[in-house]
Amino acid sequence: MTSELQRERLAYKRSRSRRSTLVALLSTAVFAVAVGVTIARAPGWPRVRQSFFNVEIAWRSLPAILEGLWLNLRVLVVCGALILVLALGVATLRTLRSPVWFPLRALATVYVDLFRGLPLIILLYLVGFGLPALRLTGVPNDFVVLGGVALVLAYTAYVAEVFRAGIESIHPSQVAAARSLGLGPRQTMRLVVLPQAVRRVMPALLNDFVALQKDCGLISVLGAVDAVRAAQIEQARSFNFTPYVVAGLLFVLLAVPTARFADALGRRVERRQGGR
Amino acid sequence: MTEPVLSVRGVVKRYGGNTVLDGVSLDVREHEVVTVIGSSGSGKSTLLRCVNLLEELDDGQVLLDGVDVSDPRVNADLARRGMGIVFQAFNLFPHMSVLDNVTLAPRVVHAVPRGEAERNALDLLERVGLADRAGSYPEQLSGGQQQRVAIARALAYSPRLLLLDEITSALDPELVGEVLALVRELAEAGRTILMATHEMGFARQVADRVVFLDGGRLVESGPPDQVLGEPVHPRTRQFLRRIIDAGRL
Repeated sequence: MTSELQRERLAYKRSRSRRSTLVALLSTAVFAVAVGVTIARAPGWPRVRQSFFNVEIAWRSLPAILEGLWLNLRVLVVCGALILVLALGVATLRTLRSPVWFPLRALATVYVDLFRGLPLIILLYLVGFGLPALRLTGVPNDFVVLGGVALVLAYTAYVAEVFRAGIESIHPSQVAAARSLGLGPRQTMRLVVLPQAVRRVMPALLNDFVALQKDCGLISVLGAVDAVRAAQIEQARSFNFTPYVVAGLLFVLLAVPTARFADALGRRVERRQGGR
Repeated sequence: MTEPVLSVRGVVKRYGGNTVLDGVSLDVREHEVVTVIGSSGSGKSTLLRCVNLLEELDDGQVLLDGVDVSDPRVNADLARRGMGIVFQAFNLFPHMSVLDNVTLAPRVVHAVPRGEAERNALDLLERVGLADRAGSYPEQLSGGQQQRVAIARALAYSPRLLLLDEITSALDPELVGEVLALVRELAEAGRTILMATHEMGFARQVADRVVFLDGGRLVESGPPDQVLGEPVHPRTRQFLRRIIDAGRL
């Protein structure tokens, strides 16, 4: 049984929280109305609505943009997988200490320095237009493939650094424990260091994944008909900017599940390793 | 007399200009429990890490069953298979369950099939009183439980020599007893143990021999009653007086 004192306190707390909710609702309503009225009464609003939020054009351009987005998604999945594997390899190379690996280690360092500093758009032009211009046999001339190669080259450098930071954040005592059990350097890396490092950098990796989702749209500069390019074609046809807004919203929608996934992942790790 | 399991000969270890071990020699025979005592910074942990080849020696030798494992031409990974070490800070693998922590070395290093490794691990966990926590993760356990898992992990591949590096120093006082009881059991079962400790009372009861390390030198060695009861060297007396004053003996 709760005491009279406690019941009175709870009742007070409840009334306070009801009051807070009411205040929040009221202030939000006032704010929304004020913003809405200001925008609607602004002299340029009809023109803005006409060229940015035209429902009819949005609806008409949607199928083409969705088709383009499907291409972005495929590029995203393939590039994402390649980047993860290659970045892990580059990061591991950079942490090797044996003198045999010196050339590979140096190469990995040069690669990361170069491709992390190079603007992605320059890389896209060089790979997308420059490589086919060499007319070498075996070089693909599909803009989607070439764009993907440029994305993989740039993002592998970033993601490798994320992995390396994770690897270096694992306390040396973990390595000592693994080595003392008789595990070799490679087994220690694969079974003890990397699993912990990957878990630790998961939020940073997902952040880079969202960035990659957006940058997949850059393959449009090579002429690949993705969501951005499709929107551009629709825009050119209608002289209206709504298709860009549609494509932009679709990219935003794409990023939301990744963010939720990151949250869920964080909670899962917490559940398993925290608390009693 | 038979070859000692461990023979440390004139081991020197320096960090920069700081000499941590200054020519330490020490033998541990089969079924013997040798306890290393000494103040913080006297080189106890460094000695154990050198024996386990986690540190490179600056001079001297570490012989395991007569084989010089400190020779750079010897594969240190192979040599370590004969030893198990338990650390002050447990150093369990946080991303693995208790069972996986214990079975890792047998499975990966000794190629024991998973089923067999897990049966052995469960037996060991039973012995350290934690069979019901096999599926837990280290962070879900108390310090004392984690340290018992670490001991089980070090025993899982039946090493010739067990190294215990101040394994109760990071524990709350009420958890020290459960870990020491386990070490006592291992000693009585005839394990060969080299341990660094601050628990003088425990050293006196369990050790066959106590060695006192001071400033990287081994200044006194003998049966526990002699070294802890009637120390000869003034440094040992001084150290023990401080311990007694602190109420630890």
